[in-house]
Amino acid sequence: MPHNCYHCGAPCSDTIVLQEKYFCCDGCKMVFQLLDENGMCKYYDLSEMPGLTAKGIFSSEKYNYLDSEAVQDQLIQFKLQDQAHVVFYLPQIHCVSCIWLLENLHKINPGIIHAQTHFEKKEIKIVFNPAIISLKQLVQLLAFVGYEPMIHLGGNDWLKKKKVNKTQLFKIGVAGFCFSNIMMLSFPDYLSTSIGDLGALRPFFAYLNLLLSLPVLLYSASGFFIAAYTGLRQKWLNIDTPIALAIAVTFGRSVYEILTHTGGGYLDSMSGIVFFMLIGRWFQDKSYDSFYFERDYTSFFPLGVTVLQNGNEINKPLAAIIKQEVLLVRTDEMIAADALLLSQGALIDYSFVTGENAPIEVQKGEIVFAGGIQKGRAIQVQVVKPVGQSYITELWNNPLLNSAKNTQKSFVHPWSQYFTYALFSIAFMSGIYWWFINPNNILPAITSVLIVACPCSLLLTVTFTYGNILRYLGKNKMYCKNSAVLETIEKVNTIVFDKTGTLTNHELTHLEYFGKPLSKDQAAVIYSVTRESLHPLSQLITKYFNHQNANIEQVSTIQNFIGKGTLAKCNNHLIVIGSALFMQENNIPILETERSGVYIAIDGDLLGIFKINHLYRDGLAKMINQLKLKGYAIHLLSGDHPTEQENLALLLGQDVPLLFEQKPIDKLNYIQSLQLKGNKVMMIGDGLNDAGALKKADVGIAVTDQTHLFTPASDAILEGAQIYNLEGILKYAKKGKTIIRFIFILSILYNLVGMYFATRAQLSPMVAAILMPISSISIVALSALLSYWYSAHIFGKN
Amino acid sequence: MSVLILLILVSVLVAGGFLFAFLWSVKSGQMEDNYTPSVRMLFDDEVKPIANNASIKITSSTKPKIDSHN
Repeated sequence: MPHNCYHCGAPCSDTIVLQEKYFCCDGCKMVFQLLDENGMCKYYDLSEMPGLTAKGIFSSEKYNYLDSEAVQDQLIQFKLQDQAHVVFYLPQIHCVSCIWLLENLHKINPGIIHAQTHFEKKEIKIVFNPAIISLKQLVQLLAFVGYEPMIHLGGNDWLKKKKVNKTQLFKIGVAGFCFSNIMMLSFPDYLSTSIGDLGALRPFFAYLNLLLSLPVLLYSASGFFIAAYTGLRQKWLNIDTPIALAIAVTFGRSVYEILTHTGGGYLDSMSGIVFFMLIGRWFQDKSYDSFYFERDYTSFFPLGVTVLQNGNEINKPLAAIIKQEVLLVRTDEMIAADALLLSQGALIDYSFVTGENAPIEVQKGEIVFAGGIQKGRAIQVQVVKPVGQSYITELWNNPLLNSAKNTQKSFVHPWSQYFTYALFSIAFMSGIYWWFINPNNILPAITSVLIVACPCSLLLTVTFTYGNILRYLGKNKMYCKNSAVLETIEKVNTIVFDKTGTLTNHELTHLEYFGKPLSKDQAAVIYSVTRESLHPLSQLITKYFNHQNANIEQVSTIQNFIGKGTLAKCNNHLIVIGSALFMQENNIPILETERSGVYIAIDGDLLGIFKINHLYRDGLAKMINQLKLKGYAIHLLSGDHPTEQENLALLLGQDVPLLFEQKPIDKLNYIQSLQLKGNKVMMIGDGLNDAGALKKADVGIAVTDQTHLFTPASDAILEGAQIYNLEGILKYAKKGKTIIRFIFILSILYNLVGMYFATRAQLSPMVAAILMPISSISIVALSALLSYWYSAHIFGKN
Repeated sequence: MSVLILLILVSVLVAGGFLFAFLWSVKSGQMEDNYTPSVRMLFDDEVKPIANNASIKITSSTKPKIDSHN
């Protein structure tokens, strides 16, 4: 009877039971036991099956580098004798139970003094006593309960981010305070005719307003002036220039009116506009704190390595490796530098570097490349190139990548330029008009035009619309780095896909059995043997039998032949599992050879073959068709062998160029060649092997299945399961400009009304004070409404 | 009418107090995380004794380990 693991919710058999609860693996059971012993079963009450599939007992050596003082100094923020503060990034945090467990870690280990999680940033701040629990033990404990921290040395970027955010909030707060008070104090002035003369109060109100507007001008609006100034110095009129001008003119005229006692000024309009624009910018910039878009290769590599010196194992930080040193690489560890293999044989999974699916067998004396993951037993390698010069890291030093990508400026700036020119000509013309009619009105008319027709409505439209669109895309699991990405997406006409991990799903490699039906005993025997092997194919077969509740038998002898197969004795049966070649070597006749299959033979009798199917993601063909109909050119680059060519041609259509065995640098060059032909290219990939192409492309989208682990530097992150929806996502991203255009026309109508008063030199502060909030609020509301409407239209209502 | 001047000054002062409260809350990091605290306050678990655990009642479920710190 199928069950769900009490800890992680994965489907499981009824073999592992504790306290009438079923578990999918020993790892999950051990975590449950640990929590149970410490009276922490509340973890399971807060949400159902909250746990993360425990990876079992991992090699405890993995975190040895954390014992090094140099590493500790980088990670620990603050240290006293019995207290140390550290912040970890835990991408696995996903529910209330997570928060509860992490904040109650002190119950498991008294060395943990205090822990505080930040759910949105997926961070935890831990105060611990290094005398009781070392940093290494702390990380091991976190990893054991399922929250393995993602440790990145030398990066304090998140601290900087936080600071910027705070000044923005300060500015909004000050502007909001001044705006509301100025508005309140200006109000009696507007009504003064109906309630009688304000008398001595009028100058008091005006001077108080002036005082309150100073922080707005000098502090809150400082960003606009600085941006305008830097723009002008680069001889370029950006959107901040007319805004800064409008603020300055409004303030200047208000000061003049107040000092000469000729009027109340427009300080309420000025501070209101600053307030709304600041909110708009904040809304647009509110990005995804928990994502990191700027990862380079160092984030993928181990932080420390084990070096063998005179037979002793020494832990060294990655950067300290020098040539000729001998490194120890354990199972599932990454090779940190290009090196010579000293051990007998190795099985290296390069899927990360090249996109190739099957692990590669390497012989003694051959070179293994940085970024490969050792799948077999621990090996020793001798470094031939330091980390910074290895094959994979050279990609980052490629001059093609250093040319800045997003140099093109937002379409908003040219619009604001036209707007400014139009504004100046209207101001000029109304000046000329009044020169003939009534020269006293020249200055009031010109300043009124500049006050009322500030392009702030354009800025508001853009910031709120992009902010909304980024949010709705986020709801559909597409996380953009910033709003500039949306503008570039608009121009894309060519989409390049990676195959492995992007079109196929790493997690869902599917195994199918062909041959004689297996009896229960046979299944048990095969299962017992594959359990013993670390080979990824064996593990797949193990998983296959896991679902069938096979029994476990005692394996008496087992021999693994790297790259070939396994020979084992179990229950007095001789079991041969492996490639076609391995079968022939063991005198087992086979009919046809299958490249990516695993043959099974018991007692010299061939039973059948396990075939591996790469599962393409759902809805792929439909998505590609939709994209083609929209006029996108589709290309496919794969680092893998062309075994899947026919399948892919069927899936994608005959007109899609399919390129196989592409090295990372080939992908990069291919993107460039497309760009040189005048195309705007979007690259969709995953893993380190696409990193160069993702960076080179105009828009690089990283596809990920796991909770944002391992995404290379990119412009946007897309969840793998959503790739079928790519057409809709692109369509929605492009709607931004439509919405902005529409609202912009509306704001021009507002401006025309304002102009009507302004050019007649009749702009009273009251008209400005009414027009300004109406236009701002209607723009914000309309932008929200249209973004929602399009989102519901494209993605459906949910 | 002059009382109005006083009143307005007081009102600006009061509003200034709120502005100060806002700036202080931003500075002390209250705006950084607007989800976790809302969950944390619902955990009705025993609080870990901080400095003086003499004032904290030791219930039967509390581990004897903790009062060894006294």
